[in-house]
Amino acid sequence: MREELITSGRLNPHIDPHLEIWHWQIPLYLFLGGLAAGILFFAALYTILGKEDKYPGAVRRAPIIVPFLLIIGLTALFIDLRHKLFFWQLYTTIRLQSPMSWGAWTLLAITPLSFAWAALHIREFFPNWDWKFTILKEIEKFLLQYKLTMAWVIIILSVILGIYTGILFSAFNARPLWNTSILGPLFLTSGLSAGAAAIILFATTKKERVLFAKIDLMLIGIELFLIIHMFMGFLASTEVQIEAANLFLGGSYTAPFWIFVVGMGMVVPAILEILELRHIKVPVVIPVVLVLFGSVMLRFIIAYAGQFSRWLY
Amino acid sequence: MRYAMAIDTKKCVGCSDCVVACQTENNVPIGYCRDWIVEVTDGTYPQLEIEIRSERCNHCDNAPCVRCCPTGASHFEPGGIVTVTHNKCIGCGACIASCPYDARYSHPDGYVDKCTFCIHRIQKGEKPACVSVCPTKCMYFGDLEDPNSDVSRILKKRKYKTLIPEAGTKPQVYYLI
Repeated sequence: MREELITSGRLNPHIDPHLEIWHWQIPLYLFLGGLAAGILFFAALYTILGKEDKYPGAVRRAPIIVPFLLIIGLTALFIDLRHKLFFWQLYTTIRLQSPMSWGAWTLLAITPLSFAWAALHIREFFPNWDWKFTILKEIEKFLLQYKLTMAWVIIILSVILGIYTGILFSAFNARPLWNTSILGPLFLTSGLSAGAAAIILFATTKKERVLFAKIDLMLIGIELFLIIHMFMGFLASTEVQIEAANLFLGGSYTAPFWIFVVGMGMVVPAILEILELRHIKVPVVIPVVLVLFGSVMLRFIIAYAGQFSRWLY
Repeated sequence: MRYAMAIDTKKCVGCSDCVVACQTENNVPIGYCRDWIVEVTDGTYPQLEIEIRSERCNHCDNAPCVRCCPTGASHFEPGGIVTVTHNKCIGCGACIASCPYDARYSHPDGYVDKCTFCIHRIQKGEKPACVSVCPTKCMYFGDLEDPNSDVSRILKKRKYKTLIPEAGTKPQVYYLI
């Protein structure tokens, strides 16, 4: 049998035998960023649609956790940096071709906005809240005046944030598994789905829960569609991408991907949500936790498997 | 000006002298390397063929590492040499993930490091360390736009290939075959 044997003298830490440069920090951040983007998207959307009073869970209550999500996510990103003291160099330039540069600038804008949005609705949780200082009261008055503008800015930034979490990976043609533009829409949809699921937890009325269960159901459908398309694209592509797809179609990531991401993270919660819509009592927390779990696993598995996939030469 | 390197796979014996020369010249931390030897054995015993390559950063014309760097630390120097400005690098690892040749690594001091074509020697008119020590003289370095440079002359005479050209990176290290 004809054989090709490649031996390399290189053994650089975190590079060989296969790339391991990104660990838990990146997928954790991608999940938190996606979830934050999802919650903010719906909060802004229902503000723009003028349905704030109808869906207070989405507009006023769920966004309260977004600043925390972003701060934890940003901390994870910071921990991941290996030359930490120079992180400010991100903000000395705008590099349009670098998704990470886009992400850094988007986060710089959306993080303070998420704080402002949460602050505007703090009385939802603490009815007697008083800002104490006149300047803070003035700021609150000013922001309330421009709330609709804020919602428009947030809705645009949240879509950029959600898509960027996927494009970050897809920009790397060196990793065949990541090198598909479907990752952008897939991660955006997954983030929106996680956001909708989180809003279900914060909803106060049955009507709002049902609406977001329906939205989540639709998003899970889109996700499954995108995943199928991703594999179709891979299998019709070059050898390296066929090999990348095979990591999930019989290879080492098959079981975790299909059980944790597709099974537990999409199919089971979809069934539970359908049951709920058919008035069969299901504790609402179960599908929500499963969707969030699937969303985390999707990012972890894509992050690790992508570093495993490579060009052979 | 377009600096490039040509490496003769028929003459290379895989002695790793280039690897050691680079590590010494550039103070590469122990356990790391900027260039390395790859051996490809092909065929069925006893009809075996072996190709030995000294590999390094390909200083690509369309370098994905430069494209994805969020701070501009990874950049092109005159002549197309790809280098990293240490105090601009935040150590995010994007360039490491973007390189299909895995030519970069994270230096223990935090920044990303790689082959520089020994730019500090080139600026003095010398050849890169690996080229100058090669005992079989299998490496050629110079300006592709100068028809009389070592690299231009050898590429005119010999057949060559580049590594993973299908990745679209337009690599500038040529392997004579």
